[in-house]
Amino acid sequence: MRPYTDHMSRRSEFVAGVRAEVPLLLGVAPFGMAFGAYAIEQGLSPALAMGMSVIVFGGASQFVGTQMMAAGEAGLLIVLVSALVNLRHMLYSASLAPHVDHLPVRWRTLLAYMLTDEAYAVGIQRYRGDDPSVSKHWYVFGAMVALAVTWQVTTAIGIAAGAAVPDSWSLEFALPLTFIAIVVPEFRHRPALAAGAVAGLVAVLGFTWPYRTGLFAAALAGMAAGLATEPLLGARAGAGADERMEAA
Amino acid sequence: MNLWLIVLGMGAASFTIRMSMLVFVHHSTLPSAFRDALRFVMPAVMTAIILTQVFYVGDDERFEAGLGNERLAAALAAALVAWLSNNVWLTIGVGMAVLWLAQWAS
Repeated sequence: MRPYTDHMSRRSEFVAGVRAEVPLLLGVAPFGMAFGAYAIEQGLSPALAMGMSVIVFGGASQFVGTQMMAAGEAGLLIVLVSALVNLRHMLYSASLAPHVDHLPVRWRTLLAYMLTDEAYAVGIQRYRGDDPSVSKHWYVFGAMVALAVTWQVTTAIGIAAGAAVPDSWSLEFALPLTFIAIVVPEFRHRPALAAGAVAGLVAVLGFTWPYRTGLFAAALAGMAAGLATEPLLGARAGAGADERMEAA
Repeated sequence: MNLWLIVLGMGAASFTIRMSMLVFVHHSTLPSAFRDALRFVMPAVMTAIILTQVFYVGDDERFEAGLGNERLAAALAAALVAWLSNNVWLTIGVGMAVLWLAQWAS
């Protein structure tokens, strides 16, 4: 009885994770194609461009890495910069950890390999609810697999055919729009709004800082703002607002 | 070959960062205030990414905060829809429609 229900819930969690990731893929697909096309333009071999998407699996660091390779920068510097660019992934790692620490190391390693902005945004939401599913990591995994497959396939298309979607469609803007759809409802909890406002301000001011360090600083500032405002704006105020919303 | 080594190095760096707290360091050893603040990673980082992509536009990524910024109009419309509807597809649809309309009108 037990194994059967677990199996069912794994499968449905996985499928639900894939489905939740689909809206993000709309914005990720042109990004993947753009990377493939850009890497070829910069003189990388098709195998190396593809290898980068599989091995590094991080859009921003792949673009920066490609640019630096083409400019003939030192290898160690490229590695260091690609790490700096994705420093915020450490925060994702820490934020996901308490929810998955009952899982074996091979599972946590697998989730770490595919831990990106797009997978984190969808995956972490699954842990907000109180429902007792023991297979929520399959939801995260489903979202990650959908993203990884899309990233590899669209990189390949970009390598072979160039950026197949016209720039004028602005399809890449679907990605921030999906983030808006995910984050704005969170703002009903007012400390989360404070976190977003402060992080947004720091990110905009620090946009020109080197290697996206502004984004990492923004994340830390936002976290501090959320924590600091919670006693004031509090969980109870947020819950009250929620009840009013539901009653309305 | 050398370029492959660089890519492997990038992959190792990226993987190490992502594994840091999931595999190498147990989260219970982190300072408790930091662990508490992790609840705000999602709203903080997502808002940061959204706003930089809205306010820095074009191939030259110039700062644009005025009425001429089509992405700003689209993002505001999308935020309103997200707040009211909680619906991802509707949010994307309205946001893209406003963006296209603004681009067409300009």
